[in-house]
Parts: sequence; structure tokens; C-alpha cells
Amino acid sequence: MLYQQIASNKRKTILVLTGFFILVALIGAAIGYLFAGTAVGGIIIAGVLVAIYMSVMISQSTEVVMNMNNAREIHSAQEAPELWHVVEDMAMVAQVPMPRVFIIDDPSPNAFATGNDPQHSAVAATTGLLQIMNREELEGVMGHEMSHVRNYDIRLQTIALALASAITALVNFAGNFWWFGGRRSSNDDDNGAAGVFAIIGSILLIILAPLAASIAQMALSRNREYLADAGSVELTRNPHGLISALEKLQNAQPMKDVAPSSSSLYISDPELNRHHKWFAHLFDTHPPLEDRIKRLEEM
Amino acid sequence: MIATIVMIVIVILLIALYAGLYNGLVQLRTHAQESWSQIDVQLQRRNDLIPNLVSTVKGYSKYEASTLEKVTQLRSQLENIPDSDRAQKMAVSNELTGTLQSLFAVAENYPDLKASTQYQSLMEELSNTENKIAYSRQLYNSTVANLDAKIQSFPSNIIAKIHHFKQMDYLQVPKESKSVSKVSFDD
Repeated sequence: MLYQQIASNKRKTILVLTGFFILVALIGAAIGYLFAGTAVGGIIIAGVLVAIYMSVMISQSTEVVMNMNNAREIHSAQEAPELWHVVEDMAMVAQVPMPRVFIIDDPSPNAFATGNDPQHSAVAATTGLLQIMNREELEGVMGHEMSHVRNYDIRLQTIALALASAITALVNFAGNFWWFGGRRSSNDDDNGAAGVFAIIGSILLIILAPLAASIAQMALSRNREYLADAGSVELTRNPHGLISALEKLQNAQPMKDVAPSSSSLYISDPELNRHHKWFAHLFDTHPPLEDRIKRLEEM
Repeated sequence: MIATIVMIVIVILLIALYAGLYNGLVQLRTHAQESWSQIDVQLQRRNDLIPNLVSTVKGYSKYEASTLEKVTQLRSQLENIPDSDRAQKMAVSNELTGTLQSLFAVAENYPDLKASTQYQSLMEELSNTENKIAYSRQLYNSTVANLDAKIQSFPSNIIAKIHHFKQMDYLQVPKESKSVSKVSFDD
């Protein structure tokens, strides 16, 4: 089951990559068409920009993600003995190398894992988490994070995150270009209905692309949470720890300062219990905690 | 001509299969042995912590001499068991875990002891070690399960027989910790 999941994650990574590259090509074409009258040129430039952006992002992903979330790295067990030791234990049973360990100063309890593969991974926990969880519960949470690491969820997430932010950067770039007079002059030749449609279509695409990217990113993460919960119990052999940890997370205050693009990484939605409009559920990065607890109780 | 080539190909494939199965078994056995040494390291670590614990507790609570004596005695007993007798080693280790737990329970009655930073850091060290013993035993059992399954199943059972791969025994999980999972001294 684990190996199937790893294989399916690798397949999905390729699928996500292809999907995003098509999106990038479309945006490039739209921008190129709107501003320079050449769709192909736009595709090439967008492709090159995104390739550079992506390789920087992915090679630096842990630093980028940890910076975004204001996390500081700890280097020895003395700095946070319980967290360090629990992570060590979970890495041992999951048979993955010890990840880097980070702490986020935030009273809201939460945690996440990131990295490119199990050999280069990192976990982060908030100070709130360390305060309210006992050792068993912390093991449940860290077991969950270590399952993300072992299942290659972290790689899929990293790539999705990098691509989503690449698209956002591309669209922002197009927006600036627009304001600084890159607009096409109206005396160009294609004034027919087709031309108007193409222009409207291009603008719509530029507006909607980041939305599509983030919806895809969120849908990707929802199912993995159930699997990571199950993986955590497999590691700790103790469903009660994780159940009571999730119960504590239900009453959590929202995090004060979280980068929206990384909210799908966390064990529990950092925006939980913040008041939302009904349509916000479209953007849910996590299944409801009640459902997760129920599934664990049935195990 | 074609027949010879087919023969050669088949022979090469058979050799490759044999080597693959053999290497697989060796790897599994190495994993199992490595995970045993993980346990051993932790047992040793705990033994190293105990004298420190005993002297710390002694200073605060003069009435727990018998428990402390038992801890010390189990510790030296553990040191003298040969490495090959894994079941015996784990049995004594489990007993030591139980005695330590009762010692920590008793320590609740001594607020001065509980408040001392030295005792607190010893507690964290010891619960860490206890947990690592439990988790490395879990890891050991799962690596042993993999090895045993390989030794029993076809076709690797043939290779296992030829090269005398032996099944390994699981380590018993102490009864009390079957339901209440891992040890935690700190809550």
C-alpha cells in the first residue's frame, strides 16, 4: 500500500508538472498575444522564465518555505529536547534519515513537513504545538509529518507550490507590464470578432490561471491527509495519541501570520476557526478534523 | 545456433535471478542485525544514565533505598547477559523499565526532587531512551518479519536453504505496553 502510494505520487508529480506547464504555456501565449502580438514568443519567454524560477525555487525550497513561515532551525536536542527526540524516533521507525527541525513562534498549534525527498526533508512545529501536546500526541503529529516525508508527499507539494508561485509571479509581471504602457495599440490589424474574443480570452486566462493553480494545489493535498494519518498510526502503533492531538487542534486559534500558499502543508488548516464565506470551502486544503478523527477511531 | 543462444540467455537469466534473491536475503539479514544493534545502543545508553539517576534521587529521597537497589541490580544483571541471548536481555530490560516507572511514580511524592532541573533533564533523557528502545524493538520486529517471510516463500526459500539463512525470533512486547503503547514519564 505504501509502495503503491509512492508510485502514485510519482505519477501525479509528472501529471501535475505537465498540467502546470500547459498552463504556463497558455499564459505565455496570452501575454505574448496581448502585448507583443506573438503567441509563440510569449510561450518561449514564459517557459524560460518559469524554468529559471522553478530551479531556484526547488533547489532552495526548504529555505524558501521556512522563511515564508518565519521558522527558525534548531540544531541540537538541547534546544527542544522533546520535539527533537520525538522526531528522531519517528524518523527511525519510518526508516528515513533525520530531517532538519524548525520551530515557528506562534501560539497556535500546528506543524508541517517539507523538502524534495526523504534524504532532504525538514519538519516544523509551532511553539503552541509544543506547549499543549504531551509526548504521545506529539508523536502522533510528527508521525503524520514523517509519513508525508516517506510517501514523497513533500516533493509533490514542493513542486506544486513552486509552480503555483511561478504562475503568480508571471501574472504579476504581466500586470506590471500592462500598467507601464505595454498595451497594444488599437491600430493593429485584427479588429474582427475573432480578435476581440482572443483578447478577452487572454485576459480571462491571465486572471483565472492563478486561481486554477491554487485550486489544483489544494485538491492535491486533501486526500493525502487521511493517508498520512493512517501512516502515523502505522509508525506509532497508537491511534489514541493522534486522535487526542487532532481533538486539541479542533479548538485551535488560527495562526497569526501564515503564508497562504503554504497553508496546504500544515497538519491542520492554519486558517481553521477563522470565519469564512460558504464558497471558501472550495479552497479547503484539509478534510474536516471530525472526519479524520472518525476514520482513526474506526481503525 | 539459435538453440545455443537461447540456452546461454536462460543460464544468464538464472544466474541473475539467483544472485538477486541471494543479495535480497543478505540485505534483509543485515537490516535485522542493524536494528538489533540499535536496541543495544539504547540499552547501553540507559545503563549509562542510571548511576546518575540513582545518585540524584538518593539525595532527595532517603526512603526509596529498596527501589534504587533493585534498579542498580537489574542494571548490572543486564550488563552481564551475553549479546546472543536477546530474549533474556529484553526480558530483563522490560523489568528494568517497569522498576524505573515505579521509581518515577514514587518521585511524585518528593516535590523538591521533581523541581530539580537535573532530575527533569534526566527524565527527558530516560523517557527518550525508553521510547527509542520501544521503537527500535518495533523496527527490529518488522525487519525480522520481512526476513522470515522471504526465507519461507518461494523461490527464495531454496536459496535460503542452500546458504543456511536462519529465521530470527521476534522480540516479545511486554504485556502492559501492548495496550498503552509507549512509556511516558513526563505527564
